[in-house]
Amino acid sequence: MSLHTNIIIAGVGGQGTVLASKLVARAAMDAGLQVRTSETIGMAQRGGSVVSHLRVSDTPIASPLMAPGMADVLIGFEPGEAVRSLGYLRPGGTIVTNAHPVAPVAASPASAIYSGQAMLERLDGCGARLAVVDGDAICAEIGSTKVLNVALLGAAAALGALGFTLEQLETAIRESVRARFVDLNIQALHASARSVSAA
Amino acid sequence: MGNEAIGLGAIAAGVGVVTGYPGTPSSEILPTIAQRNPGGIHVEWSTNEKVALEVAAGAAYAGARTLVTMKQVGLNVASDPLMSLAYVGVKGGMVIVVADDPGPISSQTEQDTRTFGLFSKLPVFDPASPEEAYAMIGDAFALSERYGTPVLFRPTTRVCHGNAPVEVGESGAPAAPEGFVKDPKWVIFPRLAYQSHLRIEQRLPLIADEFSDYRFNRLNGSGRLGIATQGISGAYVAEALAALGDAVPEHKLLRVATPHPFPRRLGLDFLEGLDQVLVVEELDPVIERELLRLAGECHIPVTVLGKGSGHVQQAGENGVDSVTQALAGFLGVEFTPAATCAAAPDIQVAEPPVRPPVLCAGCPHRASFLAVKEAMRKRKAVFAGDIGCYTLGNAKPLDMVDTCLCMGASVTVAQGLHVVEPDRVHFAFIGDSTFFHTGIPGVINAVYNQTPIVLVVLDNSTTAMTGLQPHPGTGETMMGTIAAKIDIATVLRGLGVQHIESCDPLQHEASKEAVLRAVEATAQGVSALIFEAPCIHVAPSGPRYVIDEEACRCNLCVTRLGCPAISRVDGRMRIDDDLCYGCDLCAQMCPFDAIERIALVEEGR
Repeated sequence: MSLHTNIIIAGVGGQGTVLASKLVARAAMDAGLQVRTSETIGMAQRGGSVVSHLRVSDTPIASPLMAPGMADVLIGFEPGEAVRSLGYLRPGGTIVTNAHPVAPVAASPASAIYSGQAMLERLDGCGARLAVVDGDAICAEIGSTKVLNVALLGAAAALGALGFTLEQLETAIRESVRARFVDLNIQALHASARSVSAA
Repeated sequence: MGNEAIGLGAIAAGVGVVTGYPGTPSSEILPTIAQRNPGGIHVEWSTNEKVALEVAAGAAYAGARTLVTMKQVGLNVASDPLMSLAYVGVKGGMVIVVADDPGPISSQTEQDTRTFGLFSKLPVFDPASPEEAYAMIGDAFALSERYGTPVLFRPTTRVCHGNAPVEVGESGAPAAPEGFVKDPKWVIFPRLAYQSHLRIEQRLPLIADEFSDYRFNRLNGSGRLGIATQGISGAYVAEALAALGDAVPEHKLLRVATPHPFPRRLGLDFLEGLDQVLVVEELDPVIERELLRLAGECHIPVTVLGKGSGHVQQAGENGVDSVTQALAGFLGVEFTPAATCAAAPDIQVAEPPVRPPVLCAGCPHRASFLAVKEAMRKRKAVFAGDIGCYTLGNAKPLDMVDTCLCMGASVTVAQGLHVVEPDRVHFAFIGDSTFFHTGIPGVINAVYNQTPIVLVVLDNSTTAMTGLQPHPGTGETMMGTIAAKIDIATVLRGLGVQHIESCDPLQHEASKEAVLRAVEATAQGVSALIFEAPCIHVAPSGPRYVIDEEACRCNLCVTRLGCPAISRVDGRMRIDDDLCYGCDLCAQMCPFDAIERIALVEEGR
């Protein structure tokens, strides 16, 4: 039986989506699997919508980009961005999203009204399995706002959606993250894994 | 990453001199070589692409293997030396990596460097993946030296910013170059140009023939239908054929990795016995035109479909879905797109908000734009913009970029506007790296022709948009050495600008006064205002701020600043602690003094 996991990572430029994609790719390489990713780098990184495509398989992968309906997992760093990428997710796939919305910059206060709750409701009724992670709480517990990416990966791994164990991700973190941030990231990984297991 | 693969491939190929100018999606190639420099490779960010190509040309004349990196629009800047260098040729191999950006995702144009290859008569390599790019760089150097010609190497964004495991071979130190040998061939003259032109025309068919056997040009299959593709589109074709499955009829598949000179013999093998061809490529219909030409030249009765016939989109990026649709139609296979979790189009649902890129919270450019905007509130002024993060100053509520054309054009477009409408005040906003890139000649032009524009240099001490590369004003080099910083005010003084003032844009009132002084000074000629404040990505953050709900009476902080850290939550203005950088601009702007500084955040953020 062959193994394929197609993952979409959606967020706002600056939230750490590129590192999340890198960590999963590293875990895949460590496991001797094929992996292809595609990142959004450049202008959109400045607070715009960013999407990473990440494909892991035990057989060769042709395209780094997916077609609609090809993703098994959607990791949302922000509920609205998760909704924006729903077209990639296959019915019955898994969504792991941060609960905390990031308001877009608006020219007028009237247009600034943006309901994260409405986005979460859409995610809930879209035909996928949904796990909502309280990224704010985990970041507060760990004492760093930079660990949101690892927290979301921890939740996805704990749900069995990534095809990698927490231990495999831990190794990838040790290999890829600067030494002084390794412990913070590993704490975040496990804290969020516990939060979804308890739910 | 594909760009790292290209850099590592160049190291493995024994590159000796690497030059370039940052530009998405090419920017990571040169730093990869600088970081992995085994010693002995000269790596530099040059001031612009023309300079980069010329420095590399000199090194190649002396026999070094050279790599030049840039984005597609950078090649426009470098096109003058490129066209002539094609005639003069090189001794050491020269590979010019020009990254194209279908979409475009982060560029002004969707130009195709393969077409530039046709125009400049240079060979072009077009890798389809990071792995292929790694292997191909060595082939490109070898070809360059065999024919004494520069070679274009053209990846696209999805190759540059795609990641895949790449097996990296041994890398030795670059071979010692022979050195420059004086010879009339290095001096371009009309007579030499004529001879070179003949030589180029004679060698192109030879290279085309060599390309017909090249390992990355692949022809498979049989049948009366043909699919021709290139680069990352080849990966989409593979996915599409897999998705269409067993219903796919017999067909030939041609993947072209060297579009120029077109591998003619391979192309003829492909066309033989075909009734119809679909060409799946991005940007220009380069392969499509070559196949049409071959068919016409050799009287082959084949229909070539693609961009010209409307079977493949003419603009924008291809994708697995668009290519699958095109192939399903061409191959006559029934195809239903996969079901997704997106809502059906006829269902009313809450949509996510639009989220264009914006200036970061705390970005000093916001403060600079705001100072000029407020100072000019009652004046007729036009704001010419340029290329960099500050192009994002066009977004509302700032709305401070009236024109944007290409690198350096703020300075010159402002002059043209002013010549026609001298009653208006014309501002040119230009960043520090862009000023060094191509801004300076425009300033000389304004001083010489006495066109009194207000030059506003947004000096944030880095090349921010492309990933914080150093430049002549920062002093650090890619060899790890520290050079004397080139001071922009001193440069302007040397150019004859009379009024030059530097100020911190985050001092809002003082900045507005400086703007007024600069405008007044245009009575005597060109005036310059240098807003100096480092990019938030290279400077530590300041204290945090909070909005006092009792004192808060208006919403000017939202309607004027457009700061991502400030939003209205449940009817109240709120500052997001995670995003705030502590620039203090909102506190200075608030008419009710409702924004208060709280505390310095702890280290480690």
